[in-house]
Amino acid sequence: MRAAQFVNSLLLKEFVSAFFLAMRYFFSPKPTINYPFEKGPISPRFRGEHALRRYPNGEERCIACKLCEAICPAQAITIEAGPRQNDGTRRTVRYDIDMVKCIYCGFCQEACPVDAIVEGPNFEFATETREELYFNKDKLLANGDRWEREIAANLAADAPYR
Amino acid sequence: MDFILAALDYLLGIPVLGWGEQVGFVYKGLLLLVSLLIFTAFILLADRKVWAAVQIRRGPNVVGAFGLLQSFADLLKFVFKEPIIPAGADKAVFLLAPLVTALLALSAWVVVPIDAGWALADINVGILYIFAISSLGVYGVIMAGWASNSKYPFLGALRSAAQMVSYEVSIGFVIVTVLLCVGSLNLTDIVIAQQEMGLAHAIGLPWLSFLNWFWLPLFPMFVIFFISALAETNRPPFDLPEGESELVAGFMVEYSSTQYMTFMLGEYISILLMCALTTILFLGGWSSPIDLPPFTWLPGVFWFVLKLSLVFFMFAMTKAIVPRYRYDQLMRLGWKVFLPISLFMIFVVAFVLQFTGWGWHGGVA
Repeated sequence: MRAAQFVNSLLLKEFVSAFFLAMRYFFSPKPTINYPFEKGPISPRFRGEHALRRYPNGEERCIACKLCEAICPAQAITIEAGPRQNDGTRRTVRYDIDMVKCIYCGFCQEACPVDAIVEGPNFEFATETREELYFNKDKLLANGDRWEREIAANLAADAPYR
Repeated sequence: MDFILAALDYLLGIPVLGWGEQVGFVYKGLLLLVSLLIFTAFILLADRKVWAAVQIRRGPNVVGAFGLLQSFADLLKFVFKEPIIPAGADKAVFLLAPLVTALLALSAWVVVPIDAGWALADINVGILYIFAISSLGVYGVIMAGWASNSKYPFLGALRSAAQMVSYEVSIGFVIVTVLLCVGSLNLTDIVIAQQEMGLAHAIGLPWLSFLNWFWLPLFPMFVIFFISALAETNRPPFDLPEGESELVAGFMVEYSSTQYMTFMLGEYISILLMCALTTILFLGGWSSPIDLPPFTWLPGVFWFVLKLSLVFFMFAMTKAIVPRYRYDQLMRLGWKVFLPISLFMIFVVAFVLQFTGWGWHGGVA
């Protein structure tokens, strides 16, 4: 036993076999994604950047029921409600999400009765300052306009399972 | 000017050269320096690429085609960063340490024959010179560890000193076996000896010159030299001086920006030096592996760089596949395994050379 071990260590048996194993890995296809140029698939349920959606006629969906504000475990959402100037319907006058507080649990999306607040597929919204992460209503509606196609497709894909 | 040169000649034995010779020497030195630094940049990238490939990653591939310019981008990054000098550090020694490491690593290259007659200084004690310079390399590490005035760098420096001294012993004995076969300390002679004698000549097929080289008759010494070179240059699995799992980054903890880069540069250049030394001592230097037309058309420098790169590839693969040694295992390997084996091999080689009449007899020394 000791003689066999001696011969093995003298001939670097383990090193040589490890070398050939490493060479197999060396030439094997790489699973790495070229990230900034190429992105991995994400689930339709992916909970990314928030967005406020509109109806197809351009009317904003949110009715200021404040269910999202109530359920938010991180208390990241702040809503002020009021009648709108032109038609007197109940709308939000202020809808802020503190993205620094947000834990991306998706409860706001689940609580929303009109599918207004959703978490879209976008995960690349890093900013250079903290202030840029305090989203207000304009920013959230702009997100909704920008990502509407993807959000609608994701909601439709997930609809059969809920 | 003439007075200074004459003084140098008298004190240091540096010969007084004519104007043309001086310019030529400076020009060749600059050429060697610049090409060495550029080569190091690509070797650094190759190291990262090999490591990444073994781990089934892609490695740096964004800066330039295939990431070829990554090292230059890193250079800019390091240079533009703020150098931080700890308040308790010995400022002068702290700043001197990386310079010592890099300068010593670079200065050893002056005697390396990259092709026939391409050594900048073809001195007759070339191998001793390299050995002396690479032994001095430990001073950079010790100065860094001491001047940082911090516990991890200090421990790293102590480890490094013990490790480099231990493995220099076995490297020395390995070199002695080669020198016994060659009978000269001149690096050019060592390469020429591998062309003019060896197993290929013994079996009557002199064109199979890769059999001539010393890696075959001195195979155990080749392996010991390779492993000791890993330890000497603080490469994994012997990177205990900077073992990040226990010493964070060892003697380089307190270094940042250009100083850190200079350390890394010195480290990689001494790794390249060890690769070059392996090439010269065991792999026939600039000679082509098969002494027939398609191979002999290529210049010697091509074969030298190719062999050097292959040895470096083995360095990189070793880094990728071998786990780090424990410190007592490192010492055991150096003193209780390599030292007896190399001493025994010196005896065997000397015995064989004495009683069979092999060996090279064409040297100048």
